[in-house]
Amino acid sequence: MNIPFTAQLINMCAALLLLIAFAMLSQRRILSLINLFAWQGLVLSISTAVVAYSSNQYHLYYSAALTLVLKVLLLPWILHRLIRKLNIKWDVETMFNIPTIMLIGLALVVFAFNLAAPISQMAGTITKSTLGIAMASVLLSFLMMITRSKAVPQVVGFLAMENGLFFAATSATYGMPMVVELGIALDVLVGMFILGIFFFQIRVAFDSLDLKHMEKLKED
Amino acid sequence: MFDQFGLLPIDVTLGVVAAWLVLGIGGLFLQNTRVITQYIFPAGAIGSLALTLAGLGGLTETSVAILPLGLPDLPFHLRMDALSSFFLLLLGGASIGISLFSVGYFRSMERGTLALLCLEYHVFLAAMALVFLADDAYMFMVAWESMALSSYFLVTTDHDQPEVRRAGFLYLLIAHVGAIAILMSFGVMQGGHGDYTFGTMRHTHLSNFWASATFLLALFGFGAKAGILPMHAWLPEAHPAAPSPVSAMMSGIMLKTAIYGILRVTMDLLDTQLWWWGVLALALGLITALFGVIFAAVQVDMKRLLAYSSIENIGIILVGIGLTLIFHSFHKDALAALALTATLYHALNHAFMKSLLFLGTGSVLHATGERQLGKLGGLIHKMPKLALLMLVGTLAIAGLPPLNGFVSEWLLLQAFLLSPGLPQPYLNMLVPIAAAALVLAGALAGYVMVKFYGVIFLGQPRDEKLSNVHDEGIHDAGIWERIGMLFMVVVCLALGVFPTIVILHIDFVTEMLVHHSLGASAAKTGWLLLTPIQAERASYGPLILLVIMVAGGLFTVLAVKKYYHGRLRRGPAWDCGYPAQTARMQDTAEGFGQPIRQIFEWFMGVIRDVPTPFDLHPRYHAETHDRLWNLFYVPIKQLNEMVGNQVGKLQHGRIHIYLLYSFVTLLALLAFIQ
Repeated sequence: MNIPFTAQLINMCAALLLLIAFAMLSQRRILSLINLFAWQGLVLSISTAVVAYSSNQYHLYYSAALTLVLKVLLLPWILHRLIRKLNIKWDVETMFNIPTIMLIGLALVVFAFNLAAPISQMAGTITKSTLGIAMASVLLSFLMMITRSKAVPQVVGFLAMENGLFFAATSATYGMPMVVELGIALDVLVGMFILGIFFFQIRVAFDSLDLKHMEKLKED
Repeated sequence: MFDQFGLLPIDVTLGVVAAWLVLGIGGLFLQNTRVITQYIFPAGAIGSLALTLAGLGGLTETSVAILPLGLPDLPFHLRMDALSSFFLLLLGGASIGISLFSVGYFRSMERGTLALLCLEYHVFLAAMALVFLADDAYMFMVAWESMALSSYFLVTTDHDQPEVRRAGFLYLLIAHVGAIAILMSFGVMQGGHGDYTFGTMRHTHLSNFWASATFLLALFGFGAKAGILPMHAWLPEAHPAAPSPVSAMMSGIMLKTAIYGILRVTMDLLDTQLWWWGVLALALGLITALFGVIFAAVQVDMKRLLAYSSIENIGIILVGIGLTLIFHSFHKDALAALALTATLYHALNHAFMKSLLFLGTGSVLHATGERQLGKLGGLIHKMPKLALLMLVGTLAIAGLPPLNGFVSEWLLLQAFLLSPGLPQPYLNMLVPIAAAALVLAGALAGYVMVKFYGVIFLGQPRDEKLSNVHDEGIHDAGIWERIGMLFMVVVCLALGVFPTIVILHIDFVTEMLVHHSLGASAAKTGWLLLTPIQAERASYGPLILLVIMVAGGLFTVLAVKKYYHGRLRRGPAWDCGYPAQTARMQDTAEGFGQPIRQIFEWFMGVIRDVPTPFDLHPRYHAETHDRLWNLFYVPIKQLNEMVGNQVGKLQHGRIHIYLLYSFVTLLALLAFIQ
């Protein structure tokens, strides 16, 4: 094995990311879900820093710092405040059969690896082998959004999907230009605020954050 | 004609179009009833006159122009050849009378509505002129859709009534379905090289299959606008809904834009014509004509009756087109020229006589507020001048000599009678049957017109409101209305009495489309006698006939005055044994149409309410329905609804399902690009 130490580190981060994505997929408790999201952000931040160190792409340090501030500290803090205010801190979700979801998730990971293989061949980055994991975590987050019935886990799924996209960008091309990254970070932040306001409005309108009540909005 | 001013006919035409647009917008901003009726509509009529002259000039010389408007790199191409000029002549001529009539008709209209109507009216005129001028598919479709939209807003002038809104929607729907078919036919015709100018299409050779596809699409698309079966359903709804001058313009002129389109596509843009196209057009035309006239006979609303009569006339024109196509594809150019002349002549005639009749119904409607034939009657005493003008119109459309309706139908029948000699034996046998059906339609049209005129103007008033002799509410048509209608009457007479001169002008069009003209043989024996093929076969001298008729009439009047003078006694008619004669004893509109309804009952759906013998207040009620509505439109509607419901099931209202849709789409796309 002649893989350099940094590359092994990155591979381990990628493996952790995938593990956390599966953990989020099967986690019923909202509080734990938010914590998992924060851990995912932390792993992402570390892996970005390692990539920056190993490839001498200094702008990636800024990305890593941004991720750390935004996705590990700020967003989880907002989410924590939100669930405390909404009084759903200890809520447990009823979910569709978890083993089935995990199996579907496995199939998605296989699909993502299969899909990423030709792209990895072309990419000249040190992180190219992790592209499959990045795509898998995007798809898993999407699957999570589909299977959740409450509003807050869906938003967490949405944010996790953004994490996966970010990871894909770093692993395929050493990250997006700084302007784009800053823009996306701002979008996520603003989106979070708006969704937070929506939570309260949904709660006022339907007395619950369960999205199945929104079926009433359908026109006949 | 305009050479001395250094102007081409197309310049004059474009000037008129621009003037109409300015007038319309001016009317919208002025918002003044007096200015709009007294200045803008007469100014529009002057524009129509200029357009008529430009059309006359354009028959002899082709002129082109390119407008640097529209999308970048895609300018509007315009061309004014003999075919365009002929239809511009028709548009200009008929709109003179309609605009003059409108001066009087719209006087009592509310200010804001009138300003909008003034705008749409002039935009409608300008759009029709541009349809005739267009020389690329892009310009054509822009003008065509402007025409459809402006006429939709004209139809829905009284949009506070739900049935008017419904009629307008039906019209708009069918117009758009037709426009899609026209667009597709242009798409097929450009032959894959992406150039949509008509000049390129003329030089594109299509295989028989694609040429037929173009023809069928064009026939369907333009047929929707013309009211060819089974796309006729909007006509009897939209014409009664619109104000009368608008009905006159739609029926008289707008239907002809569709005829123009069919001729332009099949005879000019396509370089081959197949004989079975002609057979199809002939058959469709005959069915349309018979359908229209039979339904016209059973109508009880005067404007619906005229709308069905328009369907009939469009059918006759389509028969002419079919015959032209048959002759042209067998290279019998002289006969094709005869049939085409008859077609164009009939289109011209119908523009004037149908406008005249619709305008007349407008005057009746203004005076009485009644459209139902069952409530009218005896108006010849209250509105004698209108009655006289309308008499000419009804006689013309019934096809009686020496008026214009006779000339075109006679020419068409001549073309039919000369058809033996086609190389297709079956066709030879079937064409006389078609001729017989055409004669049947013509005869029934006469019957319909007797009903129309008789029930409205003759007899006694059928309604209390009309029977009061001193009623001030019922007045004859105003001076402007009469001037407009008088213009139409004069044109109808002129077209009927001087057919050779008209045919000499139509010759430019036939020369262009079938490379043969009628003029040489038609005027061989001088302009008095019309001899379409040979003098020994058939000839017609309308002026001589008119002189004999007038002389005979005068002689009779004088003789009666001389020998019976002073012995004239006015008394109630049919007073023998009827001491208490009432208006209800005369034939009604329903009663007059009853034989037709009886004979053709299998053809139309009839719903009857026959009272029981013990009913103290018996009321007989019969209603006729268009069976095609149930056979053709309802299944389409049901299919549409069914598909809509199936597609509607996609909308669950559950966010998870929606997310699943995008997830599956994402996976499918990823798998696809892999």
